[in-house]
Amino acid sequence: MKSQLVIPLFALLLLVVFNLIRDAGFFSLSITVNNNGNSVLSGNIISILNSASELAIISIGMTLVTASSKGQDISVGAVAAIAGSVFVRVLREHNITWPIIILAFLGGCVAAILCGVFNGTLVAGFKIQPMIATLILLTAGRPIAYWINGGATPTVDSPLLGYIGSFIPGVPIPTPILIVIVFAVLVALILRFTNLGLYTQAVGINEKSARLNGINAAGMKILSFMILGVCVSIAGCISVSRIGLINHETILLDIEMDAILAVAIGGNALSGGKFSIAGSVIGAYIIQALTITLYAMKVSSTAVKAYKAIVIIAIVVLGSPVVQGYLLKLRDKLFQKSKKALESQAYGE
Amino acid sequence: MPNDIALSMRNISKSFPGVRALHNVDFTLYKGEIHALMGENGAGKSTLIKVLTGVHPKDAGEILIAGSNKEANIKSPQDAQNLGISTVYQEITLCPNLTVAENMFIGRGDYHFVNWREMGKKTVEILEKLNIPARSTQQLATCSLAVQQMVAIARAMDMECKVLILDEPTSSLDEREVEKLFSLMRELKARGVGIIFITHFLEQVYEVCDRITVLRNGELIGAYDIKDLPRVQLISKMMGKELDDISEIKNSRVSHARADIPPVFEATGLSSAAGTKAFDFKIDQGEVNGFTGLLGSGRSESVRAIFGADKVTGGKIHINGKPAKISKPKDAMKLGIGYLPEDRKQDGIVDDLSVRENIILALQVMRGFFHPFSRAEAEKFADEYIKLLGIKTASMDTPIKSLSGGNQQKAILARWLLTKPQYLILDEPTRGIDVGTKVEIQKLVLKLAEEGVSVTFISSEIEEMLRTCSRLIVMRDRNIVGELMQDDMTQAKIMRTIAGEAVQNG
Repeated sequence: MKSQLVIPLFALLLLVVFNLIRDAGFFSLSITVNNNGNSVLSGNIISILNSASELAIISIGMTLVTASSKGQDISVGAVAAIAGSVFVRVLREHNITWPIIILAFLGGCVAAILCGVFNGTLVAGFKIQPMIATLILLTAGRPIAYWINGGATPTVDSPLLGYIGSFIPGVPIPTPILIVIVFAVLVALILRFTNLGLYTQAVGINEKSARLNGINAAGMKILSFMILGVCVSIAGCISVSRIGLINHETILLDIEMDAILAVAIGGNALSGGKFSIAGSVIGAYIIQALTITLYAMKVSSTAVKAYKAIVIIAIVVLGSPVVQGYLLKLRDKLFQKSKKALESQAYGE
Repeated sequence: MPNDIALSMRNISKSFPGVRALHNVDFTLYKGEIHALMGENGAGKSTLIKVLTGVHPKDAGEILIAGSNKEANIKSPQDAQNLGISTVYQEITLCPNLTVAENMFIGRGDYHFVNWREMGKKTVEILEKLNIPARSTQQLATCSLAVQQMVAIARAMDMECKVLILDEPTSSLDEREVEKLFSLMRELKARGVGIIFITHFLEQVYEVCDRITVLRNGELIGAYDIKDLPRVQLISKMMGKELDDISEIKNSRVSHARADIPPVFEATGLSSAAGTKAFDFKIDQGEVNGFTGLLGSGRSESVRAIFGADKVTGGKIHINGKPAKISKPKDAMKLGIGYLPEDRKQDGIVDDLSVRENIILALQVMRGFFHPFSRAEAEKFADEYIKLLGIKTASMDTPIKSLSGGNQQKAILARWLLTKPQYLILDEPTRGIDVGTKVEIQKLVLKLAEEGVSVTFISSEIEEMLRTCSRLIVMRDRNIVGELMQDDMTQAKIMRTIAGEAVQNG
């Protein structure tokens, strides 16, 4: 296992243990019957996994963008609003059937990918700092989303959307969780059967060298922004499907900060280079688990953010090179005696 | 004369996970001597210095300073500095945006107020005393590299150092600057400072040093007076073998070039955005040729144009007699051209990636985005070339940045050999690496030529090129000013070709 996953996994474990001590029943699952008459699983674990879906998907794309461009895309929330609005507009103009839903989703994807191309071109072609480049769509995205539907909160109503946003009849697990699993497997397959990982890391670590080895560095950066576009559009469509409407002002608001945080908690350097997508996904669930835990502790929703910040400081500091170095030294000290004994044996002393 | 000892290290041992970097090494430095610390890459020179300066804690052994019998307790570079041990590294570690005076005094003492007048006056004094051609109010960045290095040394001196460590201070300096640095070193020596000098340039060792300590594989080979250790013996001690190898290379200057078939690469009127003037160039199969000229003459820019590393702005190219087009590195790679860049750190290695990933990178890119090598295939390739080139690494999964310079270079070389190029461009493959590896690389070049690979070899050390190349292209001011073949290839002739044109134009 990669050593960078140790801290995020440890943090997740701590959260679990903390909750078990606090309330042994925190993780209990129960089967309930929902409004539509389906028997479904419910409990804190399910709600953590379910509500973290959008964040988990976006942090996958954010990891790639961070690795290749050494910066972050802060426009993901706004672009999700655009993709969601396209999704809603297509749905509203047709009778909602499965082909139409797929068409609407693809429409949202195209819009988000175009936004990705826009961001990527500014970053890779014009060498603008990613945060500045994506500031443009952060500012303009939600107004554009409003303009697409020409109304504040257009609604779409169809049981089919409920299948996406909550449950498929007969399946006790919320669909967003299933979507995350399918998408994560897909990304894992892409990483396994293409050179996406190697190229992205090479570009992020040493762009000049990557280019001299025949890698299209600018192309890889733009590609990573496009992949993030796909992630954002999936997240946007899930979010719309959950509630059957889109509010361009609030949909996935501030998710960019959580996504960046998830990448950081996952042990990835925000300065790019080597990455672990698994780390970021774990990071996303840590953030959500923390939120749900705080809610369960009856912390008021305004105070939650402050408590979250405290825990996150602890995780990030624990994962910092300074503390890591100190911990390594400590470990060496503890094991020095046995190590020395081994060495003298090895050198025949 | 124990009173003359500035520093002595006894039985120093240091291990890193999987590597025994130093084993029972002794080192003695007298006052007022310049002492060369020699060894191949990975011999333990840097580790010894880092132990001495408190960067790495030692596992065993003791360090005594200035003849005292009490063990020095060095836990950090700050401790070392307080004991009078100063280090000047190859890369200048001062602040280029501050003035010379500020650089001399920044971070010293525990004062909270700065007396600018006093500081300026003291700086002028030191600069004059040490004959350093800089003004105290000058911004450091506007000084030449040599002067910057001298300021770093002056700073160390003013901090009353008794031991001065110079780690490859000359590698980015030209000859005149090196001479200046040497006179400063001699001056310090006369003042009784003990200087440890680390360099890859043998000539410089014999020009300036008094004694030599040789390390090999983390062990002490011996300490010698300079007059007792002729060059050949020094090299053989560093490499641990007799030196037939080098003489062998000298005699084997046989061209394997095949002029009977169309040249492997031929360019007419090639030019690039990096500022090469349009030039013609060709190389036959199995030929080893070289570009030579002073620094900045356009050697590197020319070969970069061949590889498409900079934007190509004009020219026609034929590969094996057929017209071809190279507009980016990948085009060149597909045509069987490999390019080892001049700047290993900036353009060569991908430092956080493993040795394995660095080795397979070029071949992987040629194979395509959708066809990654399996782990087993990649490991097979990496293993094969790590063995073939004798790359010293803890494992193939070690990040390449933790290898020594020579071994990094070998890994980059492996990267291109793995692509089985028909034409390999090596730009300064031997810069900053030890003698043993240099010889290995030269031998490898000749072996490749024997196998029918064409090689363009560039080196700042003309002797190296004379040994390996059968044709030299001489450049000046981004123009090709001459071409020398077999018998014309002598140092004198090259100088004349470079200089002769200068006279005409001047």
